[in-house]
Amino acid sequence: MGSRASTLLRDEEIEEIKKETGFSHSQITRLYSRFTSLDKGENGTLSREDFQRIPELAINPLGDRIINAFFSEGEDQVNFRGFMRTLAHFRPIEDNEKSKDQNGPEPLNSRSNKLHFAFRLYDLDKDDKISRDELLQVLRMMVGVNISDEQLGSIADRTIQEADQDGDSAISFTEFVKVLEKVDVEQKMSIRFLH
Amino acid sequence: MEEFGAVAAAVLSVWFTLVFTLILMPSMFGVSLGISEIYMKILVKTLEVTPGGKKPNPGLCLYFEGIIQRDETTMEEIAGLRRVNFELSDIFYFCKKGYEAIVEDEVTQRFSSEELVSWNLLTRTNVNFHYISLRLTIVWGIGVLVRYCLLLPLRIALAAIGILSMIVGTTLVGQLPSIKNWLSELVHLTCSRILVRALSGTIYYHNKENKPQKGGICVANHTSPIDVIILTNDGCYAMVGQAHGGLMGVIQRATVKACPHVWFERSEMKDRHLVTKRCDGHLWANASTCINNTSVMMFKKGSFEIGGTIYPVAIKYDPQFGDAFWNSSKYSIVSYLLRIMTSWAIVCHVWYLPPVTREEGEDAVHFADRVKSSIALRGGLTELPWDGGLKRAKVKSTLKEEQQKNYSKMIVRNGSAESLSAGTESD
Repeated sequence: MGSRASTLLRDEEIEEIKKETGFSHSQITRLYSRFTSLDKGENGTLSREDFQRIPELAINPLGDRIINAFFSEGEDQVNFRGFMRTLAHFRPIEDNEKSKDQNGPEPLNSRSNKLHFAFRLYDLDKDDKISRDELLQVLRMMVGVNISDEQLGSIADRTIQEADQDGDSAISFTEFVKVLEKVDVEQKMSIRFLH
Repeated sequence: MEEFGAVAAAVLSVWFTLVFTLILMPSMFGVSLGISEIYMKILVKTLEVTPGGKKPNPGLCLYFEGIIQRDETTMEEIAGLRRVNFELSDIFYFCKKGYEAIVEDEVTQRFSSEELVSWNLLTRTNVNFHYISLRLTIVWGIGVLVRYCLLLPLRIALAAIGILSMIVGTTLVGQLPSIKNWLSELVHLTCSRILVRALSGTIYYHNKENKPQKGGICVANHTSPIDVIILTNDGCYAMVGQAHGGLMGVIQRATVKACPHVWFERSEMKDRHLVTKRCDGHLWANASTCINNTSVMMFKKGSFEIGGTIYPVAIKYDPQFGDAFWNSSKYSIVSYLLRIMTSWAIVCHVWYLPPVTREEGEDAVHFADRVKSSIALRGGLTELPWDGGLKRAKVKSTLKEEQQKNYSKMIVRNGSAESLSAGTESD
């Protein structure tokens, strides 16, 4: 049985995470228990392998990109704080958050942050542009071997042409937002966390 | 010093006599003195009256209901009929699914131990162990004393006796060719009864009229090695299961001499044929992968290809008194048994389900599914389409390819000449 003290979450930490992410106290403890169960190395951080061990994620065509979003540049471990920060993008937007004062920083789950999160899944080199190559990579992950290079290329070309406004043959974040203007991002990029 | 030795010897001999007359003798004849029933009653009462034991208490209460509510909308439903083009927002679907799986996924959830709604006074089930009240702490302290100082030595002695007599008994019976069947059944029954007592097991058998008959195949869901003991407690089976190493291996090799069990290596498919050849006329049980008491995974379809009458059996443990799930990749059999023996008790329900036969034109996979559902339904277990093999091996890439194929169909109409429009649109 042993001492569990090292794996306990301190109240101050919970408070800080609460403030940063907007998750409730009980949501944080539940997610912490999930975090520790994924942490097979039991060192308080998750590696890419820890994520890849989730079978449902391993069969997700975009699994690698999804995992990637947890890790900042050059890092190969993510702690609970970072784990929560990433997941916070998927919190639904609650009614009282919509009318919040504009003084504080924008919550992680705002429409714009959700969009930015999705944008970064495409934008692998983080130059704030989705190039044709980057788009093709994501497309290839989603279709596997079922569509020819030629066909996929034309899908990419058409997507870029439709979105591109400044003629640089790439999709900037502004252009990305414009294309998804009518999409219900709030719903599609939200997970129903129980209270 | 000598006096102390004499007292110890006296205590030990009294203890052994008690164990022999109260536990071993009844096991041999298959009668119950009702001691375990009384113990169970006391246990239930204790857990009921202990504050915090029953009442959900935030911070103490562990969550059974899950973390999120999943979005069950399929990709096709989202896309609807509106289009056959790629859109930048298509990644939202996979993205959401992926993060949902990170927060909560059905499979890994099932393989870790089932979580309790209320605390059963075992430290291991209270991850965020907090001080709750003096009274609860005292009750817990007494519990520790009883479990470790009183129950554990008794259980270890019983388990040792049970396992030893199982090994010796079956080996001996194996030497006698003529009266083998009758004797082997006696040895199996007696030893499993001793072992069940070693775990303070209380087993409730339901629908005994559907008990598997000789010559049929019995299929049960499988949580741990003690399933085997629990089934054997009510009748002797020839088992088919995975071969283990260590202590389990010794027991398996001994029992196979007396009874035509078949133990195969998970990776050795060759043995599967051996199984089908040897099973003629025998009653045997087949096990699906160990899983933590809340769900049934896909059964290995091997046993369903043979045909014949299948007797489904559902086994469900009551997690209130102790967790019977064996995570074989994490704990060895000995440490697993120790965990069990330091728990309160093992309470389990066994349902004998009406026998089923393969319908005409039904393939083995479908038949297996049907049996699986009936077991899941009875045991109150969730059904999972995943193959239990997922637990250890990497996920089959076909599951991923299937999703890619479905998605491809959505964005390209019959692989049509979509590309034609691409060039003209910018004009």
